[in-house]
Amino acid sequence: MPYLELKRKIDRLPSVVWVSSILITILIAIPLVYLTIRALGAGPETWDLVFRFRTLEIAGRTLALVITVPLLSMGISLPLAWLTTRTDLPFKRTWSVLTALPLVIPSYIFAYVMIVALSPRGMLQQALASPFGIEQIPSIYGFFGAVFSVTAVSYPYLLLPLQASLRGIDPSLEEASHSLGHGTFSTFKKVILPQLRPAIASGALLIALYSLRDFGAVSLMRYETFTFAIYNQYLTPFGGRMIAAALSMILLVFALSLMFAESATRSKAKFYGTAKGSPRKGDLVKLGRWRWPALAFCGAVVSMFLILPISVLGYWALRGISAGETVQVVWSSAVNSIQVSVMAAAVVVLAALPIAILTSRFSGKLSLVVEKFTYIGFALPGIVISLSIVFFAVGTFMYQTLGLLIFGYLILFLPLAVGSIRNSLLQINPSLEEASRSLGHTATQTMKSITIPLSRNGMISGAALVFLVTMKELQATLILSPRNFDTLATSIWHATSEAFFARAAVPALLLILFSSIPMMILLIFWHMRGNHEKISSSL
Amino acid sequence: MMERKIKGMRQNTHANQPFLAIVALVLAVGLVSGTYVYLIRDTNENKLIIYSGRSSELVDDIIQEFESTTGIEVEMKYGSTSEMAGMLLEEGKHSPADVFYAQDPGGIGAVEHMLDTLPDEILEMSPENFQSPQGRWVGISGRARVVVYNTDVLTEDQLPDSIWDFTDSEWDGRIGWAPTNPSFQSMVTAMRSEWGEEKTENWINGIQENNPTAYPRNTPTVKAVADGEVEVGFVNHYYLFRFLAEEGEDFSARNYHPRDGGPGATMMISGAGILETSENRENAQQFLKFLLSKQGQEYFAENTFEYPIHDDVETHHMLKPINEIQFPNVSMEDMNDLEGTLALLRRTGVIS
Repeated sequence: MPYLELKRKIDRLPSVVWVSSILITILIAIPLVYLTIRALGAGPETWDLVFRFRTLEIAGRTLALVITVPLLSMGISLPLAWLTTRTDLPFKRTWSVLTALPLVIPSYIFAYVMIVALSPRGMLQQALASPFGIEQIPSIYGFFGAVFSVTAVSYPYLLLPLQASLRGIDPSLEEASHSLGHGTFSTFKKVILPQLRPAIASGALLIALYSLRDFGAVSLMRYETFTFAIYNQYLTPFGGRMIAAALSMILLVFALSLMFAESATRSKAKFYGTAKGSPRKGDLVKLGRWRWPALAFCGAVVSMFLILPISVLGYWALRGISAGETVQVVWSSAVNSIQVSVMAAAVVVLAALPIAILTSRFSGKLSLVVEKFTYIGFALPGIVISLSIVFFAVGTFMYQTLGLLIFGYLILFLPLAVGSIRNSLLQINPSLEEASRSLGHTATQTMKSITIPLSRNGMISGAALVFLVTMKELQATLILSPRNFDTLATSIWHATSEAFFARAAVPALLLILFSSIPMMILLIFWHMRGNHEKISSSL
Repeated sequence: MMERKIKGMRQNTHANQPFLAIVALVLAVGLVSGTYVYLIRDTNENKLIIYSGRSSELVDDIIQEFESTTGIEVEMKYGSTSEMAGMLLEEGKHSPADVFYAQDPGGIGAVEHMLDTLPDEILEMSPENFQSPQGRWVGISGRARVVVYNTDVLTEDQLPDSIWDFTDSEWDGRIGWAPTNPSFQSMVTAMRSEWGEEKTENWINGIQENNPTAYPRNTPTVKAVADGEVEVGFVNHYYLFRFLAEEGEDFSARNYHPRDGGPGATMMISGAGILETSENRENAQQFLKFLLSKQGQEYFAENTFEYPIHDDVETHHMLKPINEIQFPNVSMEDMNDLEGTLALLRRTGVIS
C-alpha cells in the first residue's frame, strides 16, 4: 500500500479507535499466553500421548460436525430470515421472536431433552409403541444427534445477522431488478443474496466455531470432538492439564483455518447503497398461497427447537411436583443471571465498537490480526478460557469478583458483538464519513456524529446476542464467579448433575422466559423505529 | 432540502444518547453493586470458604444447618470435583479456599499435596479405612458401586455373583458404563488392588469385547437401563433413588449389589480436607467435625440416600443395610493410585 494512501486511511480513524482496539486485543490474548505456558511445560511424553492418541479420528469427527452444522443452519436460517423480514408472512414479529429463541437453551439441556424424547426407547417410541407396535426407533446418539442438537442451539447466530442485513438493504436495487423484469426468486438470487454475503460468512463462522467448542451436546450424544477430549483430560487429574493444553493448541489451529477460510470468501465488493435518493422501506413480497408452506416451515422449526424442549421441561416439572418433589425457585439466581447478562452485553458492545470500526474501515495487517484475535475466546472450550483467567488473576483483588466474571464473558463473547456491528457498518457508505471529513469535521467528530449512530442497529443486536448467551453460560460462570453466586444456568447444572429433573426444569423454563423478554423488546423496537435512521444516509 | 437532512442527522445523534446513557447506567450500577458485595464480604471475620465438588442439591441444606448452629458465615464455590481440583491446582498457594469437599477420593487425591495434616481429634471421628493414609482428608459419606438392571427383562437371580462374570459373551451388547466418570475409575482402582493388574486388564478387555455402550455420567446410564437401551449398567447406588423419587415406583430399574462382593461392590467415599493456605483453620476444623457428627451423618443418611460412615447412624430404609453388602477390603493407600488406573484405561483404549 502506498505510503500516502496508508496515511490517509489511518488519518480517517480517530486514535481512540486503534489504541483501544490494541489494548483489548492484548487482554483477550490471555488464554493464548496461558496455553503456551502449559504446552511448553508439557514434557515429550505428553506430546507423545497427544500424537499417539486417536487425534486423527477425533479431527475427522470434529471436521464433519464443523462442516455440517453451518450448512444445516444455513438451510434453516436463510428462508426464515427472508420470510420474517421481506414478506407479508402472517404473525411475522411473533415468528422472528420464536425462531431466535432456541439460542437461549443451553446445549446440554437441549441434548438431554432430545435423548429423553427421541432415544431408541424414549418418549417418541413409547408413543408409537401401542398404536403401531414399534419396538425401537433408530439411535440418535453419535453424529446425527450431535449435529441436530448443536444446530438447534446455534442456528440463530446466522439468523439474527441475516435478519439485520435484510432490514438494512437499500430497496432501490431490488426495485431496479423488478423493473428489469426479474421475478422474486431471481431478484433474491441476483440482488439480495450477494448483499448478504458478509452476514452469511460471519454467521457461518460463528456457528462453525461454536461447533468446535460445544461440550454439552457432544458429550451427551457421545460424539467425541476435540472439545470433548479436552474436557475428559481435565477430568483426569494427573498430567491431564498438559494434554488438554496440547489438544487446545490443535483446536486453535482448526479455528484459525476456519477464520482464514471465512476471510477468503470476502471480496472487495461493497455492501452499501449508492443511491442518491432517500431510501425507503422496500415493498413486502406477497406470498399468496405460498404462505401455507411458509407457515408450515416456521411452525416446524419452532416446534422442534423450542416447543419440544419446553414441553419436556414442563413435563419434568409437573411430574416431579406431583410425585412430591419440593421445587423452590431461588429468585436471587434469576436476578444474578439478568444482572451479569445485562452488564456483559454493555461491556462487550463497548469493547466491540472500536474493533468493529477498525476492521470494517481499515483493511491492513493490524486490522486482520485484531479481528482474528477476537475469535480466540469463542473457539476455545469455556474451561480453558476460565482456567487461563484464574491463572493470571488469582491472588489479585479482582479474583472471584463480578468484574472478573464479566471479563471472562468479554473474552468468550466479543466476536458476537464485533460481528453484528461490523455487518451494520459494512452497509454504510464510507463516502458519508469522507463527506463529513471534507466538511471540516475531525476524525473523532465524524465517528461520533456518523459512524456510531449508524452502527446502532448492529450495537443493539450485538448486545441482545451477548445477553442471551451470557444467560446460559455455565463453565466460566462456575469457575470465575464470586463465591455464593448462583445463576439460573448454574442452578440447572447442579440439579441435572444429580438427576433432580423437576428442580432443573423450573430454572430452565425461567431462563427461557427471561431471555425472551429482551428479544421481544428488541424486535418491537426495530419495528417501531422503521427506517428512521435511513434519512441520514441520503446525505 | 439539505437543511432537513442535516437536522435528520442531528436527531440521530440525539437519539443515540438515551442508549449510551442506559449503557453507562448499567455499568455504574453493576460496578457499584459488585464492589459493594466485594467489600461487605471481606468485613466478616467469622467466615469459611468451601470449594465443593459436590452439587449444591446434595449439600446446601447441611451447609445452612452448619451456619445456623455455629454462626459462621460460609461462602461456597461449586463445580464438578475435577473442575474444582483443576482450579485449586491453577490457584496454587494463592487459593482463597479453606476447605475442599470432593465427591470422590481421586479428585481430592489430586490436590492432596495442597492439604494440611488434620488433627487427631478429627481423624478419630472417621474410620481409618475411609481416610487419607497421610491424614490429610477424611471420608464423610459413602456411595456403593452397584449393577443397575432393567426389571422388565431381568430379575436379580439372573445376575451373576461377581462383576467379573459380565465378561461372559452372553452379555454382549447388554452393558452400559461411564468410563470417564471418577467413580468408575475408582472402582477400577479397587479392582487393581483386589485382583491385580493382569486380571483387571482382562476384565476391561472382556467387557470391551461385549461392546458396552459408554455414557458420559451415571445419570444417563441409569436412565438408559430403565429405558431398555441396555440391560445392566455399572453405576453408584443413589442415582436410582433420585429417579424413583421423580418417576415413581414403576421406574423399571433396580440396584444389585454383587452377591460375592469384590470390587464390583466397592464403597466410594466423598472426602473433605483443609487447605494448607487456609486463613480460617479453626472454622474449617469445626466444619469437618460437624459433618462427622451424628447430626451431620444423619443428614446424609436421610436426605441424600448415601451411606453414613458411622455404624451408630442408621441407613435409609430403602437402602440395603451396610452390613449385608460384601464390601471389598481395599486400603485408601491403594485407592489413591488413580494415576495407575488412568494409565491402564488409556492403554486399553477405554479412555483417551
